[in-house]
Amino acid sequence: MANALDSVAAMRLAELQDPAGVKQVPTRNGFGEGVIEAGKKNRNVIAICADLSESTRMLGFKEALPDQYIEIGVSEQMLVAMAAGMASAGKVPFIASYAMFNPGRSWEQVRTTMALNETNVKIAGAHAGVSVGPDGATHQAIEDIAIMRCIPHMTVVVPCDSIQTKRATLAVAAMNGPVYLRFGREKTPVVTTEETPFELGKAQIFREGRDVAVVVCGILIYNALIAAEKLARDGIECMVVNNHTVKPMDEKAIVEAAEACGAVVTVEEHQIFGGMGSRVAEILAQRRPTPIEFVGVADQFGQSGDPAELIEHYGMGSSAIEAAVRRAVARK
Amino acid sequence: MSTLTPQRLTELKLHANNVRVGIIRSLLAAGSGHSAGPLDMADVFTVLYEHVLNHRPKEPLWDDRDRLLLSCGHIAPVRYSAMAYGGYFPIEELLTLRKFGTRLQGHPERVRLPAVETTSGPLGEGLAQGTGMALAAKMDGKSWRVYVVTSDAEHQCGLHWEATMTAAKFKLDNLIAIVDRNFIQIDGSTEDVMPLEPFADKYRAFNWEVFECDGNDIAQFTETIEKAKTVKGKPSVIIANTVPGKGVSYMEGDYTWHGKPPNKEQADVALRELQAERERLTANG
Repeated sequence: MANALDSVAAMRLAELQDPAGVKQVPTRNGFGEGVIEAGKKNRNVIAICADLSESTRMLGFKEALPDQYIEIGVSEQMLVAMAAGMASAGKVPFIASYAMFNPGRSWEQVRTTMALNETNVKIAGAHAGVSVGPDGATHQAIEDIAIMRCIPHMTVVVPCDSIQTKRATLAVAAMNGPVYLRFGREKTPVVTTEETPFELGKAQIFREGRDVAVVVCGILIYNALIAAEKLARDGIECMVVNNHTVKPMDEKAIVEAAEACGAVVTVEEHQIFGGMGSRVAEILAQRRPTPIEFVGVADQFGQSGDPAELIEHYGMGSSAIEAAVRRAVARK
Repeated sequence: MSTLTPQRLTELKLHANNVRVGIIRSLLAAGSGHSAGPLDMADVFTVLYEHVLNHRPKEPLWDDRDRLLLSCGHIAPVRYSAMAYGGYFPIEELLTLRKFGTRLQGHPERVRLPAVETTSGPLGEGLAQGTGMALAAKMDGKSWRVYVVTSDAEHQCGLHWEATMTAAKFKLDNLIAIVDRNFIQIDGSTEDVMPLEPFADKYRAFNWEVFECDGNDIAQFTETIEKAKTVKGKPSVIIANTVPGKGVSYMEGDYTWHGKPPNKEQADVALRELQAERERLTANG
């Protein structure tokens, strides 16, 4: 675990609690900035897009590095298999589509051509989660973590905000191996700063606490921090862990958090079945049995709506996290 | 006209005969696997490994090698046998086919056996990966070529046509697809299961250069692939018409041999037939 409390995040909690004072940026913007930087650093980094260059934020790459950009139209299976071929010839392909289509549609190509082949392909899964909003259930990937974390060799990263998404993009560009990087569509609160440390495979403590460990991946980190502040008023102190690398997960950090708090709540914008929380449960069942409550989508499909109301409806708002923490406390 | 001299042609025919022997021996040892496709592609793989490819068997991952992809991974025994007889590994290693710990997996794996280039078996994925390789070669100004061997039935996969469209978009004249047009698949004739005809027209409609030849005629196939290498500005496909089970009389043309190996008695018959063919070739050559 990142040793120190991330002071930057902690100091800004007061600011975070005032919605008007929180800077909101889509995580996909961080990907767009990061992939350009990665492409400038390494000319073998290429971007391949399947007709979604603007919304996946690859458009900037296309404009900045046209010789490293490839457009292949609406063909997500091709996106993966072609990238695997290019990677075997020395390229470092970032392939972008909506998470629902890649890896959603392309899973077998991901498994065979990308992972079993041990190629250096990076999937950028955009528009993940119900927070895609009005597009509805067909476009809301909430099973993608589950189908990616079960594939050998795969690294799965779910950054918490736009700054961290940029950092993660650069980090996965620099490592060798297949990666799934997941991010969302909507503007979401920026909780880290340029100074916040980031290391693949290392969970981060964003808030100290001894009562319940709230383990989060992705944009719901904000809701978790807000819930923690509200609970603190009632004397319940939550440790908030930003568990951005779902695979390989920072097992030591998870076990230590469980030992320190004696109860765990996992939070993710994903099905409860098979996601980040499931991995936490696998680790703790084996190494440190601990009461766990799961915040996520409970075996349902999404629907159209405003992102915020969908997050509330499917039980992932700060009040739902608060309730889960109280349940966890009661089980200690 | 083929560039092959009569003597070279005989050498290649004898080599293809060896490759077929390797296929039968490895399938018998494995006790499972596919017979018809490997046998019908023995001539094509012989020409590729012995005449066409720019490669170094003792340095399989040489950077500038031509890339040969086998999209229909289930006919791996022909590739393994052609590699063994081509000097990549000892011929006796063929007897490890499909056994625990082998490099010769039931379906080929890139990480286990260098120079098979891709992991294959799930159909319809080879051309997509080959397109990526050919595009990467173009981007980097490399002169190596990409050859992708496909089955006819895998043209029923959507991804294959995504690749066909993409390769044409990027004018990949360093990419040649070779189709094993043997008209069989597990459930019967391709034209009954899911018709592919008009096959050549489909490729023409996708802006590919199309060649057709007898895939069991070494001279004709050699001549055809040499022509395909001269095409500029677009990818080429060679529709190689083959006889499933070629070289073993009781398998020829019988789709039921698509997915099963010979037993001991059947293998003995096959090996005797191949030996007779060998003697005929040697006598005539």
